[in-house]
Amino acid sequence: MAIINYRQALNDALREEMTEDPTVMIMGCDVAPGGSFGVTLGLLDEFGPKRVRSTPISEPGFTGAGVGAAATGLRPIVEILYSDWITMCSDQIVNMAAKMRYMFGGKVNMPLVIRSPFGAGGGVAAQHSQSLEAWFNHIPGLKVCTPITPYDVKGMLKEAIRDNNPVMFFEHKRAYQLKGEVPEGDYTVPFGKAAVRMEGTDITIVTYSMMAVYAQSAAKKLAEEGISCEVIDLRSLLPLDYDTVMASIAKTGRVLVVHEAMLRGGIGGDIIAEIIERGFDLLDAPPARLGALNVPLPYNAGLESLCIPNEATIMEAVKKALSDK
Amino acid sequence: MKKIAESVKQMLPTLTPLEAPEGMTKEEMTEIFYKMSLIREFDSSVKDLWMAGEIYGLAHSYVGAEAIGVGACMNLEKTDFISSTHRGHGHTIAKGGDVKAMMAELYGKYEGSNKGKGGSMHIADIGIGMLGATGIVGSGMPTAVGAALTSDVLDNGSVAVCFHGDGGTNQGVWHESMNLAAAWNLPCIFLTENNHLAIKTKLNESSKETELYKRAIGYGIEGIAIDGFNVFEVYKTMKYAVEKARNGGGPTLVEARFVRILGHFVADDQKYRDPQEEIDAWTADPVRRIKEYLYTRTDMFTQEEVDQIAADARAKVDEAIEYARHECTEPPADSLYTDIYANNEVIL
Repeated sequence: MAIINYRQALNDALREEMTEDPTVMIMGCDVAPGGSFGVTLGLLDEFGPKRVRSTPISEPGFTGAGVGAAATGLRPIVEILYSDWITMCSDQIVNMAAKMRYMFGGKVNMPLVIRSPFGAGGGVAAQHSQSLEAWFNHIPGLKVCTPITPYDVKGMLKEAIRDNNPVMFFEHKRAYQLKGEVPEGDYTVPFGKAAVRMEGTDITIVTYSMMAVYAQSAAKKLAEEGISCEVIDLRSLLPLDYDTVMASIAKTGRVLVVHEAMLRGGIGGDIIAEIIERGFDLLDAPPARLGALNVPLPYNAGLESLCIPNEATIMEAVKKALSDK
Repeated sequence: MKKIAESVKQMLPTLTPLEAPEGMTKEEMTEIFYKMSLIREFDSSVKDLWMAGEIYGLAHSYVGAEAIGVGACMNLEKTDFISSTHRGHGHTIAKGGDVKAMMAELYGKYEGSNKGKGGSMHIADIGIGMLGATGIVGSGMPTAVGAALTSDVLDNGSVAVCFHGDGGTNQGVWHESMNLAAAWNLPCIFLTENNHLAIKTKLNESSKETELYKRAIGYGIEGIAIDGFNVFEVYKTMKYAVEKARNGGGPTLVEARFVRILGHFVADDQKYRDPQEEIDAWTADPVRRIKEYLYTRTDMFTQEEVDQIAADARAKVDEAIEYARHECTEPPADSLYTDIYANNEVIL
């Protein structure tokens, strides 16, 4: 298997799907010359200006055009340069893309992918750092995914493009250089199937995206101290693979949910509520959650790092959850 | 013919006499009058049925705007697309929608066009290119642009017409849609139904420049103002704009001016308006005008024939009401979770 980075995996997925299906097209700010993160490099030369389009800076307009195009026979991929700006086009996503099939009695397809870099890091401050996935998890009609390995991001983007529903595809903006093994040839990664990244017996860490990377490094250090963590990377949040989560908790009896989004209103609270409803009796200790501080992301590197969970705070949270053991 | 009130003439300098396009056939004129009558009868009944408590939710009437929807859609093929507003019954009928399925939908029935899940504000018929009414003013703008984008990418020759009201023209997405369609030279025609009122707020209270077609200049496209009470005028202008779009000429902004006759929604008593405005507006009634025109200004129709077309439309609506009342069923509770995702996937 070839070792490629996350950016190349995305680029390969787009190229392969556009080669296979002439109805697939992509649009967004600066997409034609390759996009701000280089994900669409080379696609313009291969597929031409009708299918690889740089848009005006008008997120509601071009996201809405994606909705109309998806309803009439294309499989558009809309790139929102930073996920914070999804707030501008959320009317088109929440009230149109997510609702049309239902409102119209099932008589329309909505094969729309909204790709967007999210997450903090690098001092881009409060308007370029947010993790708003919980907002969209609240909306029936959408699918929400957060793949973090090159293998997953390629297979899941292909899955998203082929899906007849609107998919919120959140790419971590610090992940584009992450490397990993990706097989040759076509494959997809389904929604709603979590990946057990590390097996363990003392506690289950439920997480996704960049926090799955941090949780694994925290778990490796904790293993040196004799603490055995099972790390579950959810990969998709809507649908969410509670079967894998509950099977793990049945084994460990303890759970910590970690996400980069702010704790208040984050998906961690929802996941823990669901865990309690499904298996309160399986728990040997109160379920724990770790998320960002409830503050807008500050610019200063020191202040920024205080806000977001990291290896050390994950280790600390694990130890706290095991403190009565 | 009845004279149009002076107040309406002052408000609508675009008013023009009816004059059928050269070469228009009797069949085409019959279709125009039949569809306008069907919309008139349908929405008149909807108001009565809503007031009687038979129709639930909210409903907005297309009465008075019939000339615009029908004049525009007469130029469209089944494979062309339209996006709509919250006032979507007229657009759906003009595009060829089935009034039985529509009425069943307004009754919330499972046999309704949207299985009872959308109602008046989301009436849709994707199979005939009617991309759905939407309850959020302006939100259907980019839907039409997207349909035109599909046409451009697949090069299939279809066009999209974006119906919207004067109220919608101050949404940010209106400007974004106009700019995007113009920048990409898409086959999209923007048709403003300017009834001069956004619920209770007058156009001249929300915009300094009330000649909305002039905004086209800012996007580098052509803008045309026309008489929205005159079905032939709408037909001719839209024929030009549709042919232009189909031949690669890009978007046009057509402002069809008229006066809102009835209230914003079916139970709106319009206490905020001078009652004389409504009385005067009826003098320009587009359905009555075309009806009188057909038997007085053409030699193709007798009055009896025209009366029969109107009666046929009435009968069609009566049939639809009977169907919705007596032959349709309530949606089953287990239909709640269907149609959220493709292939009825259920995500709890």
